[in-house]
Amino acid sequence: MDLAIIWESLPRLLDGAALTLEITVISVLIGLALAVPLAIMRLSPNPLLWMPVYGYILYFRGTPLLVQLFLVYYGSGQFRPFLDSIGLWVLFREAYFCAVLTLTLNTAAYTAEILRGAIQGVPRGDIEAARAVGYSGILLYRRIVLPKAFRLALPAYTNEVVFLLQATSLVSIITLLDLTGVARIIVARSFEPYKLYITAGLMYLAMSYFFILLSRFIEHRLSGHMRERPASGTAAPGQR
Amino acid sequence: MLDLKGYGWMLWQGLELTILVGLAAMALALGLGLLGAWGKLAQGRAGRWAAGTYTTVIRGVPELLLILLVYYGVPTLIQDIAEGAGHDIILDINPFVAGVITIGFIYGAFATEVFRGAFLAVPRGQIEAARAAGMGQALTFRRIVLPQMWRFALPGLGNVWLVLIKATALISVIQLEELVRNADIAARATKLPFTFFFVVSLFFLGITIVSMVVQRRAEVWANRGVRRA
Repeated sequence: MDLAIIWESLPRLLDGAALTLEITVISVLIGLALAVPLAIMRLSPNPLLWMPVYGYILYFRGTPLLVQLFLVYYGSGQFRPFLDSIGLWVLFREAYFCAVLTLTLNTAAYTAEILRGAIQGVPRGDIEAARAVGYSGILLYRRIVLPKAFRLALPAYTNEVVFLLQATSLVSIITLLDLTGVARIIVARSFEPYKLYITAGLMYLAMSYFFILLSRFIEHRLSGHMRERPASGTAAPGQR
Repeated sequence: MLDLKGYGWMLWQGLELTILVGLAAMALALGLGLLGAWGKLAQGRAGRWAAGTYTTVIRGVPELLLILLVYYGVPTLIQDIAEGAGHDIILDINPFVAGVITIGFIYGAFATEVFRGAFLAVPRGQIEAARAAGMGQALTFRRIVLPQMWRFALPGLGNVWLVLIKATALISVIQLEELVRNADIAARATKLPFTFFFVVSLFFLGITIVSMVVQRRAEVWANRGVRRA
């Protein structure tokens, strides 16, 4: 089998992979920053706070990402005069902006739901103890609830990051040249679909496992206090 | 009210096809999931290796890429192999079949993990008791394990279905006239992309909500013999 085509297209595929990683990291970071307040609002007893967040989470988790992407990228065209008048059309015209916006909103919804579960999983006793020594409000969340919740959420959150990494492949449908986009273009010119798609698949696999290993490392670092002292030199088995 | 300019019936037909692809793919995923779980839990090393590779690869590669690989890659691969053997064939996969196979194959990997966990959740003592009472391996599985597995598998399978039905949107890229593809056609013709994609998103939301209600009922039904603490 002639594998030269793979070797020749490797630099372009790596460029695509770089864009894939870039979009993933930007969306994950902004999405996480949005998800924390959303999760806290979702748990608020005030219906004016939790109901809109509930609707937002239901919508973004209940509809396909592809449709959300089309809604933002193509759908914004329907409101062009309005977007023009407030000066936002220059942003919505760009596939890159639409892709990052949609992926961010999407991952924020999933992450908020993961964090909600984790915040609810923080033992009552911890919160009572914190209140007993005078913690309340933001300080209680910042020092006690959120650190514990992040630790509880990490395995599920890792899955979400890996899913998002893979979901970025959809941006190729709105013309961006991420890893999938580059592979599709090369296939269209060379008619060598399986060689290129398998190569791209292996690159995605490598990136997915990079994130999984990174998360295991973070999990290991964050759970030092849960392990026994390494007296005999044998490490305690990981949680997964 | 939303004006669909006479394209409403097209969305409706797309919805039917989306649900059809979803159900067919789910049936395939359930079959592959049982097979994969059996492979993972069986004694044989080959089965474990095959099932392990299957779930690892599928969960690490984007669905879109797998769809492109099956639809464009597999026919070419078979043609190349046939050409190497001196035959000249032209192979075309029907988009419906390609969609069902790919989506079913992908979510079979997720179903494998669900079934594996559910199988392990059936108390060992029950299986030992069944064997002691003289049931063979197949009979134990059919009478003791399978009925109880459903109870543990239902929440996970419900999630697999919810993700699977949304993934059917991706097969619009291989020109199958499902919901998203038809909405795209209507959006281009009417120049009302937001309207059509929004309606489509509401269709999917409806499927999700109905599925969640059915899932809750099914869980209550599957747990009817279990005492709650």
